[in-house]
Order: sequence, then structure tokens, then C-alpha cells
Amino acid sequence: MEKYRFKPKSRIREFIGEKFIALNALAALIGILLIFIFIFKEAVPIFTDREVQEEASLSKMLYKQVYYEGREPKWSWQPISTVPKYSLLPLFLGTIKAAIVAMLFAVPLAVGAAIYTSEFASRRMREFIKPIIELLAGLPSVVLGFFALVVLATVLQKSFGFTFRLNAINAGVALGIAVIPIIFTVAEDAMNAVPKSLRDAAIALGANPWQVSFTMVLPAALPGIAAGVVLGFGRAIGETMIVLMASGNAAIISARFTESIRTFSATIAAELAEVVFGSPHYNVLFFIGTLLFIFTFVINLGGDFILNRLKERLQGKS
Amino acid sequence: MKRLAIVVGLVLAAFSIALAGNITIKGSDTLVRLGQRWAEEYMKGNPGSVIQVSGGGSGTGIAALINGTTDICQSSRPMKEREYKLAQDKGITPHEVAVALDGIAVFLNEKNPIAELTLTQLKGIYTGVITNWKEVGGADRRIILYGRENNSGTYAFFKEHVLNEEDYADQTQTLPGTAAVVNAVSKDEWGIGYGGIAWAKGVKDCAVKKDDTSQAVLPTMETVSGGSYPISRELYWYFNGVPTGELKALVNWALSPEGQKVAEEVDYIPLPKDVAEKNMIE
Repeated sequence: MEKYRFKPKSRIREFIGEKFIALNALAALIGILLIFIFIFKEAVPIFTDREVQEEASLSKMLYKQVYYEGREPKWSWQPISTVPKYSLLPLFLGTIKAAIVAMLFAVPLAVGAAIYTSEFASRRMREFIKPIIELLAGLPSVVLGFFALVVLATVLQKSFGFTFRLNAINAGVALGIAVIPIIFTVAEDAMNAVPKSLRDAAIALGANPWQVSFTMVLPAALPGIAAGVVLGFGRAIGETMIVLMASGNAAIISARFTESIRTFSATIAAELAEVVFGSPHYNVLFFIGTLLFIFTFVINLGGDFILNRLKERLQGKS
Repeated sequence: MKRLAIVVGLVLAAFSIALAGNITIKGSDTLVRLGQRWAEEYMKGNPGSVIQVSGGGSGTGIAALINGTTDICQSSRPMKEREYKLAQDKGITPHEVAVALDGIAVFLNEKNPIAELTLTQLKGIYTGVITNWKEVGGADRRIILYGRENNSGTYAFFKEHVLNEEDYADQTQTLPGTAAVVNAVSKDEWGIGYGGIAWAKGVKDCAVKKDDTSQAVLPTMETVSGGSYPISRELYWYFNGVPTGELKALVNWALSPEGQKVAEEVDYIPLPKDVAEKNMIE
């Protein structure tokens, strides 16, 4: 009897157990799906409800509007007003500006650090640097934001004479600090994943360490580095607390990086808590949430895609 | 938690004392916190009574009063003519009692030579018509605007009282909380900000003139409660008719020195003693 303990009654148990574990695995996926459905559902009235559309239709969010008779048409985000204005363009511009600065700041530093630790650093040095950079990822963004608000803004203003203390550069640099560990980790992994046989071949051909790194390892790992950059970009777009505190949150249309910006994520964080439930403003905030969700989802998907392609290539599957 | 406590209290009391007074308070989001504190303190002293406080905005509260679904409406503005008329049509006679005061200070950097501004100048500055300090008699420097997020009562109050409901300039940088505004202005020589009274640390309060000819007044507890500081307002409770019984006891307690001290604890400004006494229901 003992021998057949798992048969035949336990077939069912096995089946249930397996499905249960599968369900656990699916839970995250279902969670994301439900979250997306919920967010999108709250944004739907923008497309269906006449009354909401009068205040905030898709075209009103995209194009210049004449809000008061006899005044110039403009893009404006002023949801609490006698004439509520829901132009998304200033917010979009702010989001992109912050992310661009973050990338300009973070990519050279993170990639440089990755090249150094994976190619040139001694073992001890690597064991020292890697955890420290990765520790940055654990830094709460509210702490980084506060640092940018109080310290970094003053330093930048004193050094470069900015008119506006809180601006896209200040927020972007702080964002960059948050993004560095992401890019660094992925890029470093990609370089380490370059097969030893390739390096050995290069060395055998008489290449010095610089030549090995820059003509051999770097090109081979480039897709991985690109994936890191893309994932970092995704984080820079979605990051909230840092921009909320360090950017000044003024929704303006301007190409200058020395002026204040307002991002999608900071707008949601700042306004959702007190918005009238079910109002057009509420719907618009959820619409912004949907946009952010789609942006970051697509960006992360792209990053993963590049990463998988790289793995296949390095393993000689394609 | 506090609201939960109130609800739990409500349920318990409903079981124990069938005759207990059950009071609902609804309205202004600016006043929710104060209403809740008052309710808690009052219930501590009067275990038999049950008070439920909720927000939603002054307009919501007034609508609830007109529809007869609340006993007390909290409002951060006086009722409008139109609302009085609506109430009359429904057989409601609103009775207004000012219960506390609220004021907003304008902050400037300590290095800024400007010390006083008129309400008109402030409006010009915050709507973006005046963009340079020299236009108000200061240095030839760009004015850097700081304000609160649009979900804050302070934002709405300033917009209403100083900007006459016009929009803030798009360039206004909004920060989470008065502390952040004060911090920003303290570090920005050409900055200007606004926020609650008695917050100015590391920045200076700007004296405000009602118009060109009137005297400049600094925001203090005294000038606000004395009525001379221009950016201040009364906060009201509205009842249906002159309150009696439990309602009367509650409003008189809120106006008592004890109730006014609670208001001060949660950063509102107490009414001057004589006004508070005058406002009490006989």
C-alpha cells in the first residue's frame, strides 16, 4: 500500500497542486491586467461621456485652446479653474525633458562604471564597487527627491546661475542617480555574459586589454547596454517622488531645460488625492495613468526583447 | 482611524442610548480636520452624543444643508444669494455662525528689499502680469513664483481672495506643503510664496496692503483675528434655523475658549474673544 501512496487518489491532489502553483505564477500577471483594466475603466468617460468631453475631450488635451474670448490660444494645464484646462502637452514635454536629462547624466556614468568593473577593475575593486552602486537602487526616491530639493538645487543654481532653482536639470540629475544602478547592473551583466572564448580569441590575436574591451566586448554587449538604457528610461518616465519634489511642477511649454517642469507622474501624485470622485479631472488623471502604464510597459517590453535577442546571439542561436 | 473611531462610536452609542443626539457635520474640506477634532473633544466631554464629520467641499455641504441631509454645514465661504434662495424654496432657513478664522501669509526671501505689497500687486504677480521685481519697486530681477498644489485649500483660498478666481501663472512652481514653499523661498533670493500664518522661518512675512492708500499689515494671530490683515477669512457653520438643544450646546462649546483652543492647535486662528462670545447662541 505504502508504495502506491501517490496513486490513484493523489492524481487529483497533484493536479490541484500543480494548478495552484500555476495560479500563483499567474497572480502577478492577473494583477497587472486587473490594475490596467481598473485604471483604463476610470479613463473611459473621456471617450464616451458627453459631459466629460465638454471639459476634457481628446482634442482639448492635445491641441491649443482658446480658453477666454479674445485671448491667444494656448496649451495649459489648470484643472482647478473657472475654465478647467487639461492640456497634456506641457506635462508630456516635462516628462520627456526630465527623462532626457536623466539619461544624459546617467548613461555615460553607468556605462563607464560597467566597463571599468567588468573589464579593468581588480577582483577586490569589483567586489567593492558593485554593491555600492547597487545600493543606490535601494535608496528611497523620497530621500533622493528631498536631497535634490534642498541640496542639489542650490548647488546647481550657484554653479550655473539658473534663474529657476527647481528645473528640468535638477530633477533630471536626481532622476539620473536613481537610474544609474539599473543601467549599470544590466550593462555589467551583459559584458560579463560575453563568452570567455571570444576574449581569449582576441587576446590570442595580440589585442591589448583596451582593444579587447572596446573592439570586442563592448560591441558584443551593446544590445545589453541598450536594454539597460531602455529600462532606465522607463524608470525615469515613471518615477514620481523625485520629480514631484525637485522639478518645481510648473506646467509650461518651453524648450529650455533651465525652466521648471511638471511630469505626468508628479501630476497624478499631487492631484489625485483630493480630486472630486468621478469628475472630468478625475477621469483625466486616470487617462494620464493609462498613458504612463502603456509607455512604461512598451519601454520595458522593448528592453526585455533586446536583452533576449542578445542572449540568443551570444549563445549562437541566431 | 479617527473617522473609524467616530463610526464605531456611532454604532456603539446607537445600541446603548436610543435617545442620544446624533449630529452630522458636512462640508468644507478646509474645515474637515477642525470639525473632526471638535467632534472628538466634544464627545469626550459628552459621552452620550454622537457626531459624524465628513468633507466634500463647501458647496457639497451647503447642498446637503438645503436637502436636509446634514445638521451642520461647514463652509469656508459665506453662502451665496442663490443658495439662500434655493434653501428658502425648500423651507430651510440657514443660520450662519462664524466659528474660526483662517489667514494666509505671503513669504519673501530675507534679502529681498521689498517689504510690502498691495493686493493688486500680489494678484498681478501671481497671475503673471507682473514678472519683474522692479515693477513693484524692487530689483531688476525676475520674480520666481512658488505656490501650493491645486489640491490644497490654501491654493483655492489664495486664488479666490487674491486672484479673484483668475488662474495662477503657468510659471508658478507648486510644492507639496507650506514647509517646502518656505524652504524654497528661503533659498531663492527672488522667490515669493504663500502659506499658513506663523510658518515663516528663514523667510520674512510680506506686509500686505488692502489698497494703495491703506496701511501695510503683517500677518500675525492678532492682525488676523483683529480683522486688519487682508488675506483672511471667516469659517462658518450653517444650521437650519437657530440651533437648539444638542446643536446649540455643540456650537457654544466650539466657540468657548476650550473649543477655540482646539482650533488653534490644528493651525486655525481663534476668533477674538468678544466675537466668539457674541456668536454664541443664547
